[in-house]
Amino acid sequence: MLHIEGLTAEVDGKPILQGIDLQVPTGEVHAIMGPNGSGKSTLSYVLAGRDGYEVTGGIATLDGRDILAMEPEERAAAGVFLAFQYPVELPGVGNAMFLRTALNAVRRGRGESDLDAMQFLKLARERMKALSMPEDMLKRGVNVGFSGGEKKRNEILQMALLQPAFAILDETDSGLDIDALKIVADGVNAMRGPGFSALVITHYQRLLDYIVPDRVHVLMGGRIVKSGGPELAQELEAQGYGAVQAAA
Amino acid sequence: MPAVTETIETVQAVAESGYKWGFETDIEMEFAPKGLNEDIVRFISAKKNEPEWLLEWRLRAFAAWKTMEEPRWAAVKYPPIDYQDSYYYAAPVKKPGPRSLDEVDPELLRTYEKLGIPIREQAILAGVEGAGETPAEGRLPVAVDAVFDSVSVATTFKARLEKDGVIFCSISEAVQNHPELVRKYLGTVVPQGDNFFAALNSAVFTDGSFVYIPKGVRCPMELSTYFRINAKSTGQFERTLIIADAGSHVSYLEGCTAPMRDENQLHAAVVELVAMDDATIKYSTVQNWYPGDAEGKGGIYNFVTKRGACRGARSKISWTQVETGSAITWKYPSCILQGEDSVGEFYSVAITNNYQQADTGTKMFHIGPRTKSTIVSKGISAGHGQNTYRGLVRIGAKAAGARNFTQCDSLLIGDLCGAHTVPYIENRCATAKVEHEATTSRIAEDQLFYCRQRGLTQEEAVGLIVNGFCREVLKELPMEFAVEAQKLLQISLEGSVG
Repeated sequence: MLHIEGLTAEVDGKPILQGIDLQVPTGEVHAIMGPNGSGKSTLSYVLAGRDGYEVTGGIATLDGRDILAMEPEERAAAGVFLAFQYPVELPGVGNAMFLRTALNAVRRGRGESDLDAMQFLKLARERMKALSMPEDMLKRGVNVGFSGGEKKRNEILQMALLQPAFAILDETDSGLDIDALKIVADGVNAMRGPGFSALVITHYQRLLDYIVPDRVHVLMGGRIVKSGGPELAQELEAQGYGAVQAAA
Repeated sequence: MPAVTETIETVQAVAESGYKWGFETDIEMEFAPKGLNEDIVRFISAKKNEPEWLLEWRLRAFAAWKTMEEPRWAAVKYPPIDYQDSYYYAAPVKKPGPRSLDEVDPELLRTYEKLGIPIREQAILAGVEGAGETPAEGRLPVAVDAVFDSVSVATTFKARLEKDGVIFCSISEAVQNHPELVRKYLGTVVPQGDNFFAALNSAVFTDGSFVYIPKGVRCPMELSTYFRINAKSTGQFERTLIIADAGSHVSYLEGCTAPMRDENQLHAAVVELVAMDDATIKYSTVQNWYPGDAEGKGGIYNFVTKRGACRGARSKISWTQVETGSAITWKYPSCILQGEDSVGEFYSVAITNNYQQADTGTKMFHIGPRTKSTIVSKGISAGHGQNTYRGLVRIGAKAAGARNFTQCDSLLIGDLCGAHTVPYIENRCATAKVEHEATTSRIAEDQLFYCRQRGLTQEEAVGLIVNGFCREVLKELPMEFAVEAQKLLQISLEGSVG
């Protein structure tokens, strides 16, 4: 269970998160929607522990553990996964090598043994097939020369391999055509279950047709201003954020 | 002040864990008197029971050296070296040939164990006779010549190599057993008076490796030399000579380590390669001399002259170097491309962390027609490190259709280090093509964060990114050493971020 209470944070001395209260029980998928500049990406970076995103108050725990006190890699080992809005390129670093290094780092953090190259390849091929990813993507440099859709699928592949307890999907739908969107959504839905929870950050209702959330929260001005069931997303799509802002 | 204490401890931990090869072996040694003069040159020559012509050769080199000045054009800074305050000969006292592991000086044995040389190879390195035969199954192992301070203590697999006519031994042994080959080639690629450090080496060189591959022979295993500086206040001056006769092929690798000391020690080697018609020499270096501590104290001065001559048509010389150690590296492995259609290659990774300085690169002399050269240099600077690529591509008037491609990439970690690129191109031939590309980049914060979000520590992330940056060079290394080199890159950069 992710528990956030009174979370405030600033970037370059500018307050962005103004007191977030949010709970995502284990087994649930919640969506966060909101206009540009409302603090959605800041929230995801704060939870993942990026430098420069300064927490000024409040708490965030995952299954009772204070994640804000941890280094980014410790959070990863504790089960926090961030699917990046803009996945980063690592020239010369083979995708297979990167995925295996990451998987083994997280496994070690969980007290599990390393997978050798053969065990890893078997697992990776299996997961890639499910995501309709061509196998040569293992041989290429991490995200180097990948199309937008390939980059996002590569993020979902990493999630499927690392099996996090809690995933944040930061605008994973942006730049995806409808086929890729379905593949990505299938990948997320396949993860759903009693040991997994997720925060899906998106601008649009479209993704939520495929990943149906248990709850929807509206983030505006660094605060959650409204929460509701999946129907809230449709409401927002129809009426825009202005209506929520007026009501809030 | 716990924060300060913690910082100091961290720095110490890095300095200690960072260089695992920094121990000293306590072993009975024999030294020449300190200092450098004609008597020392004669002492070394006599110690090695050298023929008269070689003593004269050395003395000519010494006479030349005395008239020369230390080069100061490289972008490196260091206090004046007192050449009289060093030992020029230091060798373990040799006991008559041990027959079994139990009889070998246990200190020497432990040294190889600590250096991580595999147990079987270790048995061989320690000079146990009979252990040097080819194992019954599997691929052939690597043959090793082990140079400990001034002398070669053992060369393995000599008998196996002799079956193919390959000569692999210490140069001292070659002087005794193959004087005609040594005399024919020694100093023909790097003449005695070539430069200050080459002249010094020519006067006082003590050991090194000698390789001769006969016509049409593909050397059946990798050859390697492991250089170890152990004794205090001692310079190491090794000389390596590799001759690949027509149509032959050899892959050779050198590695090196030294104890951690506050003093600077001089290592001035000369390597000469000769490739005849259709011959290929692949020469790889993993240079891991003690780099000095985090404050820049101590470390090896690595002033090395390496040059290969592609004398024959379609011959090829390929240099690959991974330079992670040394306080100062001054080194320009070069190719003289005389034979028509001959090929020269230079692949380099040079890392400078803390206060290390590297001024390294290559020279490609295109003399014959249609000669080709490729230069790929990757410089990585961290801490206060200074890293300079210095290269020369010279294309002569008769090198019709010659081609060169040069790529120099620099990676900066932190904002106190420096990267410099000094490429010279001299082209006297209208039909030649010369290309040069250069980039400088930093490890981006978003790359580090991306890796850490996936569970890698900051240092693992840097190692991964740096290895990616160096991939084009690392893939040129023989398989056995590529993995080792990757680990070394990571260790060299420990403590460089965060």
